[in-house]
Amino acid sequence: MVQTLKTHYDVIVIGAGPGGLAAAIEAKKNGADDVLMIDRDLELGGILLQCIHNGFGVETFKEDLPGPSYAQRFINEAQTVGIDYLLDTIVLDVTPERKVYTTGARTGFKELTAKAIVLSMGCRERTRAQIRIPGPRPAGVFTAGTAQRWVNVEGYMPGSRFVILGSGDIGMIMARRLTFEGAKVERVLEVMPYLSGLSRNYVQCLLDFDITLQLQHTVKRIIGKERVEAIEAVAVDDKWQFIPGTEEVIPCDTLLLSVGLIPENELSKKAGVNLDPVTAGPIVDDGFLTSVPGIFAAGNVVHVYDLVDWVTQAGRTAGKRAAMYATGCCNLEPMYVPTKAGDNVRYVVPHRLDPEILTQDSIMLQMRVTRPLEQPVTVQVTDGDTLIARKVERYARPGEMVSLTLKGKDYEAVRKAKELRVSVVPK
Amino acid sequence: MPIIEKMICITCPMGCTLEVTREGETLLSVEGNTCKRGPEYIKRELTDPRRMVASTVRVRGGIHPLVPVYTAAPVPKPRIFELLVQLREIELEAPVVMNQVVLEDVFGEGIKVITSRDMPRQGD
Repeated sequence: MVQTLKTHYDVIVIGAGPGGLAAAIEAKKNGADDVLMIDRDLELGGILLQCIHNGFGVETFKEDLPGPSYAQRFINEAQTVGIDYLLDTIVLDVTPERKVYTTGARTGFKELTAKAIVLSMGCRERTRAQIRIPGPRPAGVFTAGTAQRWVNVEGYMPGSRFVILGSGDIGMIMARRLTFEGAKVERVLEVMPYLSGLSRNYVQCLLDFDITLQLQHTVKRIIGKERVEAIEAVAVDDKWQFIPGTEEVIPCDTLLLSVGLIPENELSKKAGVNLDPVTAGPIVDDGFLTSVPGIFAAGNVVHVYDLVDWVTQAGRTAGKRAAMYATGCCNLEPMYVPTKAGDNVRYVVPHRLDPEILTQDSIMLQMRVTRPLEQPVTVQVTDGDTLIARKVERYARPGEMVSLTLKGKDYEAVRKAKELRVSVVPK
Repeated sequence: MPIIEKMICITCPMGCTLEVTREGETLLSVEGNTCKRGPEYIKRELTDPRRMVASTVRVRGGIHPLVPVYTAAPVPKPRIFELLVQLREIELEAPVVMNQVVLEDVFGEGIKVITSRDMPRQGD
């Protein structure tokens, strides 16, 4: 906690989920003496605390941990290295001059300043309003993450017969969790022609419990006055148009939505940070520095990851660079080379990079593909006709992040490049 | 007659699709794996399928009414619901620490169920 709240910090980290925890710890280890984490929840750890299933930490710890255990390790380390934190505290505003305005029941209104800031607010779930499901508005329509918090942390069951819209990981994991708690999951519907979460979750969350997944299906309308009584499912064509005659009324009392996550950037906008319309997150460089000097962004606030391990890695990079910025030992005017999404690539993070970094460190390019390729693919970085780097993957799926790491040997080519065009094409 | 079927390996998040050739429970060949865990998974899946189980147990006096728990090793898939019934009987007293043992010996196989986080006492 905070013994005495200072008014000035080397690094302030906003949001204490996996990205923020990693950033704060790494900032402290890299020479930032005064590091403060701020979170609106009553405890550190973020959404990991409600993700009680296994599957976390295979990259980071070479162990298969539940979400709370993964978080606990970082919480313990943050306390050991002596990071201050404010809980039950909301950040009201962040300015480009790195002033942070907060309020909380314990501290009241505060104005803080920082040499560097790491934005790590994570992401939010898309809601019914964002996918425009027609029909009345009875009780019983929730996002999957809200249901997850109730079932796993607060001990409420939100219903007994469920339909889940969306085959994202949270939706599938909730299908299993609700089944464990005695509910019946009638159906999982996915509008796309492919699964949007990890295929192993299809096996261990749906197949294992005979829960039916219907691809290219969606909810046409919700039926029920006070409470959901049923939903009407319908098949869709490749353009998401309803196919008449395929309607099916599925009785249920609850509809869960697992229809995507959006980076949470209300504070970033206030701080004047430029956002990428494709990712809905900040435009960042190789150290996750945003367009505003001294303001960094790490984790799902930048783009939505499918593994927490990558969020941790992003947090570590941002935390280290934030400490370098705060202690005045980083290049303030790098000669950036921009990255560009090429063939079958929806977006690339980082958006621009400083080639000089490659003389000391590697840089991971992270991307998502537009369409699935269930065959060997080449991930390549080109500049005009020049091939800069390439690697081969067994397949590429929109639900699974693709990466390519630039190394020291690529330095000369990257330095000379006008842009780095990244493509994922059949081999 | 050997059967050829596609199975998805669930050992890691990569989720490789494996082409499995088997005769009954006897595994003849596995293709499409990117590491050695693939064939090992299929072998077990055909004879003794197992899963990690994560759930919650009640806790008295904690900052939350539940504490999350998980099996320290995978348990037999057909007996998952039996285990969940046992977990529903348990009530802990806060404070609870991470890795606290909740069940010592699941199904006589020596597998423990442990807590996955600390649960401080309310008000501490």
